[in-house]
Amino acid sequence: MADYRLTFSKEGRAVWISHLDLLRTFQRAFIRAGLVVRHSQGFHPHPVMSFVLPLSVGQSSACELLDFSTEGALEEASLPQRLNDCLPEGIRALACAAPVKPVRELDGLLADVSLCYDSGVPAGAAEAIAATLLGESVIVAKRNKKKQLADTDIRPMIRAVTAEAGEDRLVLHAAVQAQNPGVNPGLLAAAVERHLPFLRPDAVQVRRRALLDRSGEPFR
Amino acid sequence: MDKKLERILPRVQKPARYVGGEYNAVVKDRARVDLRVAFCFPDTYEIGMSNLGMRILYGVMNQMEGVWCERVFAPWGDMEAEMRENHIPLYALESGDGVAGFDVVAFSLGYEMAYSNVLNMLDLAGLPLRSTDRPGLGPLVVAGGTCAYNPEPLAPFIDFFVLGEGEEVTPEYLQLYRRAKAEGWSKGRFLRAAAQIEGIYVPAFCAPIYKEDGTLAEMRAVEGSGAPETVRKRIVEDMDSAYFPVETIIPSTEIVHDRVMLELFRGCIRGCRFCQAGYVYRPVRNRSREQLADQGIRACQDSGYQEMTLSSLSTSDYPDLVGLCDDLEGYCVGHHVNLNLPSLRADNFSMALAQRLSRGRKAGLTFAPEAGTQRLRDAINKNLTEEDLLQSVRTAFSNGWSAVKLYFMLGLPTETDADVLGIADLARKVYFAWRECAANRARGVRITVSTSWFVPKPHTAFQWEAQITRAEYQRRVDLLRDAFQRDKSITYNWHDPETSYLEAVLARGDRRLADVLEAAWRRGARMDAWSEYFDFQRWVDALAECGVDGDFYAHRERSRYEVLPWCRIDTGVTPAFLRRERQRCYDSKTTPDCRTQCSGCGASRLLKGGVCNG
Ligand code: SF4
Repeated sequence: MADYRLTFSKEGRAVWISHLDLLRTFQRAFIRAGLVVRHSQGFHPHPVMSFVLPLSVGQSSACELLDFSTEGALEEASLPQRLNDCLPEGIRALACAAPVKPVRELDGLLADVSLCYDSGVPAGAAEAIAATLLGESVIVAKRNKKKQLADTDIRPMIRAVTAEAGEDRLVLHAAVQAQNPGVNPGLLAAAVERHLPFLRPDAVQVRRRALLDRSGEPFR
Repeated sequence: MDKKLERILPRVQKPARYVGGEYNAVVKDRARVDLRVAFCFPDTYEIGMSNLGMRILYGVMNQMEGVWCERVFAPWGDMEAEMRENHIPLYALESGDGVAGFDVVAFSLGYEMAYSNVLNMLDLAGLPLRSTDRPGLGPLVVAGGTCAYNPEPLAPFIDFFVLGEGEEVTPEYLQLYRRAKAEGWSKGRFLRAAAQIEGIYVPAFCAPIYKEDGTLAEMRAVEGSGAPETVRKRIVEDMDSAYFPVETIIPSTEIVHDRVMLELFRGCIRGCRFCQAGYVYRPVRNRSREQLADQGIRACQDSGYQEMTLSSLSTSDYPDLVGLCDDLEGYCVGHHVNLNLPSLRADNFSMALAQRLSRGRKAGLTFAPEAGTQRLRDAINKNLTEEDLLQSVRTAFSNGWSAVKLYFMLGLPTETDADVLGIADLARKVYFAWRECAANRARGVRITVSTSWFVPKPHTAFQWEAQITRAEYQRRVDLLRDAFQRDKSITYNWHDPETSYLEAVLARGDRRLADVLEAAWRRGARMDAWSEYFDFQRWVDALAECGVDGDFYAHRERSRYEVLPWCRIDTGVTPAFLRRERQRCYDSKTTPDCRTQCSGCGASRLLKGGVCNG
């Protein structure tokens, strides 16, 4: 396991930074902050740094986790502030501590999926969508291991969904399986489009709220 | 963020380049600034953010109280389509505000193939293309950069051009604009006042008059405009007091030159006769070693970059390069920062340095002999001998390098078939040098020869020359390709002729090309520097539509008495010197570099003391 786990949020303009670019952004932020990240041994040494569960481009998150190791110990309490002076807009370090559990014990994920309807949420949409996502099977086109799009049933990975209708948006509060296999909450919107084409939203926003361990506690 | 924008971003490639918010991006309070500048780079974010000049001027402007300078880049095709369909006008990255609402819209012109993007960006911003169709004071559309040295093809679209280095003249014209805005001046009054600032060329105050045969009779100063006869470029005399962007924007997405760029000096002592940069950036002015070392280290610390490039036209010519590397090396080694020296000359000194800095990384080496024989290299004043080159590659090969790229031009003045075949000979000698010296023969060797089609540029010794015809270029390419047929270790690439032809047309074009540019843009031309978008036929059609003969500009030799479209622009180098250099080319005579002996090019007049000391 890495020595440290950093919790950070990603919002606003920063949601458009891709996974690889975000890794580079953190590497540079660490250097700016005067922190020396440990490098792997070998022919092409690279910094020991990885995200616990990479986030899709365009999604925001309140609970991202970055694992890393440094040369020498660091003061965990002051680290978030030190990093925040060195990070671009929209990325905020929140806390830093030694990891409690290995990444393989990451189990669940909570997310809000907002379906935006510019001319108002259609009547009965909340009920219809919740019923569909918790129905017998939920088929979406998903990339398989060979990178081909194939119809997949994601129902087994959906643990709970409640739908809350507002004026021009309907928010799905979802709990899904995080890995082996995991499901990207954005696929819930894809499933709505597929199964309920007349409820196709004008836009979709996904926000990750929490990563959970097997007992349903925040993953640390 | 704008809701419409938020919706299209998931559908476009690399959305991070359209949102701003990077580390060190300057965000000011709209209510507390009175002058807003949209700094436009007519190419993609990745290219534009790699431009050091843009970073310098961004810093210079944002240091000014009450001025907010923001960045604007050309959207890629998918983004442009989405923006047009969803009625999102071109916007600046920092604020997201539409460009049409800015006071000054400033373009940086680095290469001719970006001209169509200038028009496209004006259109995306919702601004009329032509200066005469923008009667108000703002937004004022200005342009600077290397291409401004022949501003004529863009003249009708741009309100004024800034010649030379922008650090000092930019604040001067911004202050003038601020006053004009406060006092409610008309655009005409402002332009008349701006034309009095050294380095500012107002195209509306200079009218081309043509002869029957299509050549220029004169570039006539418009009466009553008060504009000077010639406009002299601006330079920063003391580089140590010039602004350097130690704290600069670090993109959150990968760009082309994703590293610290340290500018050692401006200008070049060499005087290659084909090289526009070598003439127009004269005279040489160095930054001091102490300052460079300090700036380089601080730039690494602030950016978090682990790569630094020592950049200049000919880096090996920095007087104390070894000393500077000594100063930087300690920090770089201790912090895993790689130090790069591009544009090294092929000589022992440079190779020793490259060797020392490579620290095991043996990426390819690049040399630009430009011509295949000593005679032609002398004729173009490319100060490089075969022995220097071979000695350099021997050193490289015996130290483990196994890839060399060699760049040449075809169609240089006085070139014969013997010179063309000389390229093959030289490449073969490089190959034999590898056989002789390779540290590890089993790894094999990659020798890449690339040729481009020579484009004569304004303000050079070859500004009067004809570009050889396309058929002739193709014949020389074929000749060389045949010569390489049996060399398995040598790869030969040649440059796409269509781009080089257009470059030749635009580089020395006059104001009549503005209509062609607009016609090509209306036919869909944009991103012409990108093969994905470039379509030669559009330009052929646009030339035909406007009744303009491209060959007149590309393939015609100018008489020494001809009035040239850029004759009102003074780079400091005199036409008499350029004529002399052209004659020496025909005599295959070299001219010493500026440090060995001053040749009296005229550029020293730009300095207060009147003497070059670079
Ligand atoms: S005046 Fe002399 S030293 Fe100065 S740039 Fe010209 S040739 Fe070189």
